[in-house]
Amino acid sequence: MGKVLMKGNEAIGEAAIRAGCLNYFAYPITPQSEVAEYLTHRLPEEGGVFLQGESEVAVSYMIFGAAAAGARVFTTSSSPGISLMSEGISYIASAQCPAVFVNIMRGGPGLGGILPSQADYLQATKGIGHGDFRMLVMAPASVQEAVEMTMAAFPLAEKYRNPVMILGDGLIGQMMEPVDFPEHLKTPPSNKNAWATNGMDTRQSEARNLVKSLYLDPEQLNQHNLMLKAKYEQMEAEEVKAEAYNVDKDYKILIVSYGTMSRVCKTAIMQLKQEGLEIGLIRPQTLFPFPGEMVLQAATKDSCQAVVSIEMSMGQLVEDVERYVKGQRPVSWFGKCGGEVPTPEEIIDHIKAML
Amino acid sequence: MQSEVQFAGFGGQGIMLSGKILAQAAMEEGFEVVWIPSYGPEMRGGTAYCTVVIGDQPIGSPIIRNPQHLVAMNRPSLEKFAPMVRPGGIIFINSSIISISSQRSDVDEFTVPVIDIAKSIGNVKAANIVALGAFVARSGILNMASVEASVKFEFAKKEKFIPLNLKALAEGAKAAQK
Repeated sequence: MGKVLMKGNEAIGEAAIRAGCLNYFAYPITPQSEVAEYLTHRLPEEGGVFLQGESEVAVSYMIFGAAAAGARVFTTSSSPGISLMSEGISYIASAQCPAVFVNIMRGGPGLGGILPSQADYLQATKGIGHGDFRMLVMAPASVQEAVEMTMAAFPLAEKYRNPVMILGDGLIGQMMEPVDFPEHLKTPPSNKNAWATNGMDTRQSEARNLVKSLYLDPEQLNQHNLMLKAKYEQMEAEEVKAEAYNVDKDYKILIVSYGTMSRVCKTAIMQLKQEGLEIGLIRPQTLFPFPGEMVLQAATKDSCQAVVSIEMSMGQLVEDVERYVKGQRPVSWFGKCGGEVPTPEEIIDHIKAML
Repeated sequence: MQSEVQFAGFGGQGIMLSGKILAQAAMEEGFEVVWIPSYGPEMRGGTAYCTVVIGDQPIGSPIIRNPQHLVAMNRPSLEKFAPMVRPGGIIFINSSIISISSQRSDVDEFTVPVIDIAKSIGNVKAANIVALGAFVARSGILNMASVEASVKFEFAKKEKFIPLNLKALAEGAKAAQK
């Protein structure tokens, strides 16, 4: 169909349809309400269902129910709404149901503001709800990437039988960019007969599929958690994605930054290059699993003297950067949180002050 | 090469649409483009602005503090954003309702009474398209033919408005050349 100019929020809705997801439950919240607005008319055209829940908590259990029945299902929300869903996400992770959650982040804490932010990094990457679990988290830096990651999220959720999160910020949702949509994913979830409560008549096996998160026997619960842990280790082995930018140069400073913030960093890096200063960038595309080895490798390049995490949050990504750099280079933080996006000029001034 | 155009005015003046039509035309000409709205607790009659970034390389920062050009549709927008425009850029002023100048000598400031022109062609709502036509003609940022195609694309589901909007573009372009 060629390139179309689309808002990130609408493009995410279209991407879900093209990923074969025809079930969407949501509750409106700025800055992602256009996803629901778009799907209100698009899903019925495709024979799908959009149901607005009475709250985000309810939505998370609608997702749980649909996922348990073997349907491709997703929701979108923004920071305060995602917090409300986190209870359901924990149940979904324990019950090993595949589902996709999109968080178009706004400033916090509390109701915060409605402008772009990356303040939910730790929440998204460290297990979001109660209990020991992880989501696979992907962070797009453009509308095109938001589409590609949304489409990739469904097969990944099914591969791991685990919630997958797309972590964008308000700008990813609100801005329009040209998008080239990939072909539809034609295949339904291939493994759903192994776990979905979709009725015995669709299955050959006599075994009952059971969806649950209650394990009162401590040894059973321990075994359950070990099995979940093995899945997260498999994600770390197989799903890490990151972009390395300008790392073939002899840079003195390495930036680690993701999403919208990484684009601003690229502009700063281009401008510094014109002044004869080379700066490297690692842009995590998966936040969990974190591209720690790439960060360590880039940080310990001979020319590199220091690493800075640049984020629209008050020092969250920097914790993962420190975890992998392991003290081999000084690691610092620069950022803003509240809705204002640091400008290329502010980043340039900060980098120069570091040298 | 990268150009940024900020469209600004009252909510309801079609600010977002002007920007979207320009962005669509830029995409069709093969440029990289980003359209960024102001979004916030907006209300009818409040301020609204959007920025269109057009480049021949992938666009980095979508946040533009100092745009190259400004299309100001009301006085508060002119007062707020005119000091931000980069030297050598264009400041367009909707002189139907803005009686002041930007007081800048390092930009190409020009005025067009777009609301009066829109009324004269039969629909005051087309003032934003008159402004777009005037800006595109003055700046040469894109070919007018691709902006015309973009108008047709935008109004494809409301075909009866296409002739009016094409006329608005043309009248704007004519006014910009005086």
